[in-house]
Amino acid sequence: MILKSLSVPVGEFEKGTGWAIKPEGACLGEICVPLSDAVTDGNVDVEIVATRLGMPIVHHSGVWALGPASLSGHTLPSAVAPELQLPDVNGNMFSLSSLRGQKVLIVSWAPY
Amino acid sequence: MWQALRKELHPLGLEIVTVGLEVLGTEACRPFIEAAAPEHPSLVDVDHVMASLFGVINIPNGVWINEEGVIVRPAEPASLPSRQPRGTTVPDGLPQRMTDIMTEAMKIKFDPNAYEIALRDWVKNGSSSEYVLSPDEVVTRSGKRDPSVGGAAAHFSLAQHLWNAGDKDAAITHFREAHRLQPENFSYKRQAWSLVPPPEAGPFARFWQGPGEGGQDEWPFESDWLSEIRAMGPENYYPTFTK
Repeated sequence: MILKSLSVPVGEFEKGTGWAIKPEGACLGEICVPLSDAVTDGNVDVEIVATRLGMPIVHHSGVWALGPASLSGHTLPSAVAPELQLPDVNGNMFSLSSLRGQKVLIVSWAPY
Repeated sequence: MWQALRKELHPLGLEIVTVGLEVLGTEACRPFIEAAAPEHPSLVDVDHVMASLFGVINIPNGVWINEEGVIVRPAEPASLPSRQPRGTTVPDGLPQRMTDIMTEAMKIKFDPNAYEIALRDWVKNGSSSEYVLSPDEVVTRSGKRDPSVGGAAAHFSLAQHLWNAGDKDAAITHFREAHRLQPENFSYKRQAWSLVPPPEAGPFARFWQGPGEGGQDEWPFESDWLSEIRAMGPENYYPTFTK
């Protein structure tokens, strides 16, 4: 997730990371991590949350990149598929969850 | 290839989603997608979120998800048998580096027949398929996620952002850091190597994946595809598909 500030609206943080900000903390599936003072006036203090969730932050000239959480020790914290939202070649956004009820094979490829 | 299989298996309940991992974005993927004419969702992943979300570290790669949205096989090499007869010799007239690359690529071991058999079995038998993994096994096989791997994702994300913003020197610094932190991620490496071909690569620019003849000093990365595959052995490039 690319950031121009280390204080971002809750919705932006949720969309970029997949973690939901709830009264009990930052939640992903069945995992919830208490945040206490990390959310103020609808904005997330990214440095605090990143520390709690084990998300690396790297920086270059006014831009930050927030890496994925590493709490569970595995890429997948559970077998529940994470939401995947990406554009197609025409710029239309696609959500993996729209295919619920079907078997899905995701094939990754590259033109190089 | 995937479109043909999708046409056959979609009526049986399978949808295929293809994801092009490409920092250069839509236009770099478009010719391939339009040639394939897919009826299934065909997406473009500039940021390689497939690595962060699913653990995709090389391509081609497949993830199986059941009707309830549960992963039953995590990221693993995925390919289908070619419908076209495959050559067994390297064509004449290629630049030496491309000849060397194709020679090594032909030694890569992967059994696309086994993968297709497994996929068809899952589509037919669902949760009873012998290829479906338990949730615990899915998590275990999804690979490690420690601060180094997470850091690699962050550096790669920053690198692609900087590359597309035109700050290519800074981007290369962060690509290199991603490679250092997660050396097993070949998608990160192949992507970065494909962006800086030497002039002599010509029409093979995206596939050159390394320095030009005598150009080692200008090559901005610590390794390249040919060096790495020779060091690891092409037979070890993809893990073996196992139940």
